[in-house]
Amino acid sequence: MTLLQMRGVTQTYALPRQGLFAARPRLTVLDAVDFGVDLGQAAGLVGESGAGKTTLTRILTGLERPQTGQVIFDGTDVWSGDAASRAQFRRAVQVVMQNPRSSLDPRMRVGVALHEPLRALKIAGDHAARVHQVIDQVGLTRAALERFPHEFSGGQLQRIAIARALMPGPRVLIADEPVSALDVSIQAQVLNLLKDLVADLGLSLVLIAHDLSVVAYSTSRVSVISAGKIVETGAPLELFTRPRTAETRALVEAVLTVEAGLAGHALD
Amino acid sequence: MSAPAVEVRDLRVGSGPLQAVRGVSFTIPAGGRMGLVGESGSGKTLTALALMGLLPMGWAARGSVLHDGVDLIGQSDRQLSQRRGRTISMVFQDPLSALDPVRRVGHQVASVIRRHTPADRAEAARQSVGLFRQMALPRPEQMVRAYPHQLSGGQRQRIMIAMALACYPQLIIADEPTTALDVTVQKQVLRLLNTAVRERGSALLMITHNLPIIAAICDSVAVMYAGRIVETGPVENVFRRPRHHYTRGLLVSQPTMDNIALDGSSRLPSIPGMVPSLQALPPGCAFHPRCPAASDRCRAEMPELSGTGAQAACWHPVTAP
Repeated sequence: MTLLQMRGVTQTYALPRQGLFAARPRLTVLDAVDFGVDLGQAAGLVGESGAGKTTLTRILTGLERPQTGQVIFDGTDVWSGDAASRAQFRRAVQVVMQNPRSSLDPRMRVGVALHEPLRALKIAGDHAARVHQVIDQVGLTRAALERFPHEFSGGQLQRIAIARALMPGPRVLIADEPVSALDVSIQAQVLNLLKDLVADLGLSLVLIAHDLSVVAYSTSRVSVISAGKIVETGAPLELFTRPRTAETRALVEAVLTVEAGLAGHALD
Repeated sequence: MSAPAVEVRDLRVGSGPLQAVRGVSFTIPAGGRMGLVGESGSGKTLTALALMGLLPMGWAARGSVLHDGVDLIGQSDRQLSQRRGRTISMVFQDPLSALDPVRRVGHQVASVIRRHTPADRAEAARQSVGLFRQMALPRPEQMVRAYPHQLSGGQRQRIMIAMALACYPQLIIADEPTTALDVTVQKQVLRLLNTAVRERGSALLMITHNLPIIAAICDSVAVMYAGRIVETGPVENVFRRPRHHYTRGLLVSQPTMDNIALDGSSRLPSIPGMVPSLQALPPGCAFHPRCPAASDRCRAEMPELSGTGAQAACWHPVTAP
């Protein structure tokens, strides 16, 4: 079952006027895009900068309203429903950003930061118990709750950002470049954590990245976006070994590996 | 045989009681390419800045850096600035903050040439266009007149490389030159850097945390952890048969084609724990809290680099492949 999807979404932005009487030209950022994630599935989205990844994320999370097309969550159109169903949607879809240092308030203790989404979304219940449950899920100790963001390394901060996203008990987690700001030895830890969350909590995951190998490792279905259009969707291994479009091929060929480097043909 | 491009002996970089680089030695032969691998906080960027004489305020370097017949440590700012861009130059990670936003990029390249060579204004401008062409920048005659904000990230980084190469330096230091770029652009920039460095016969010190990049363009590698080199040698040896557990951990935690063929429950092997902070370095081998082979000896005594060919600083080196 498709839990969260966008159907026929087109989004354009106005550009500056070229002449005094000319109409403002419009830039099409997304062009009739269909994209979705199934219940309990991990879906990936790859593309170069400027391809439309960020706009797609903003629309999928409800930060931006699509000019054409629909965002459908659990069978209902998010933007035509009432306020109550939209509140439900905001609880159920949570985001993890690229840089945890800029997405956590430096003057807020981690424990307080974790309470914040429950307060903002007016969720009742035993908040302290929920904080403890989530902090265990992401593999941090309870001592972390009393500390400030600057006391943590990048990898730990990303765990905290993931914990905060988990607080309202979401059904979909959207991770936008969650490891590209992290050190190599930490990237694997965070990718494994995301994979565990999908398996253990039955979460749906949308993983957005520019590096095909990162997405391929963590998801079971990958869409390639280029110039605002989804050009290809398939299983990661299939995309890797038999890319059908030039855009996918360019991304596959861009992946550098240690093996290719040692064999001396990495830059061919 | 000609003198090495640079010979670093027991380099230490610190600020007050903090020691970020704790006794680093390496030699890059003329025209050689060495990769310096490490995570944030490993001291790799401070090592590069010490070589350039560009350490941030409050940081000081000790040890020796022999380059072009002099020891760069202890040279005056004036002597160093006459050298930077001429015999030793650097490509920074973020070209937008390294380029002057209010000067045309062609002028910025030409001013490096005019500063260090007898070329006049017209000649320097002509050479700049040539460098732009060599960096495969489109319409070089027009692009020299562009400002940095008018260019893409890949174009800006190619201009940084053009600037670094302008005076045929003996040594080019590139600090994460492609980290800020798109993967598809990354390969093109690496290819251009590779060719241009080879044509000039310059030596290259490539600083990155990206092992595939090192494998693609370097012939030797040094792996840094907590301010020390823990393994070094020819890329072929170190990457095929790593002897330090940290190097091995880095290599196996890379997502590759082989991993994705595995089923959904597969996990990437990862190095547990995190990089220690400078204020709380563990005694003995700094990697021991994260190491699968750590013993009492590792907790007490710091290992030195040893071995022939490839060297590793480890009491219990990896033996199996």
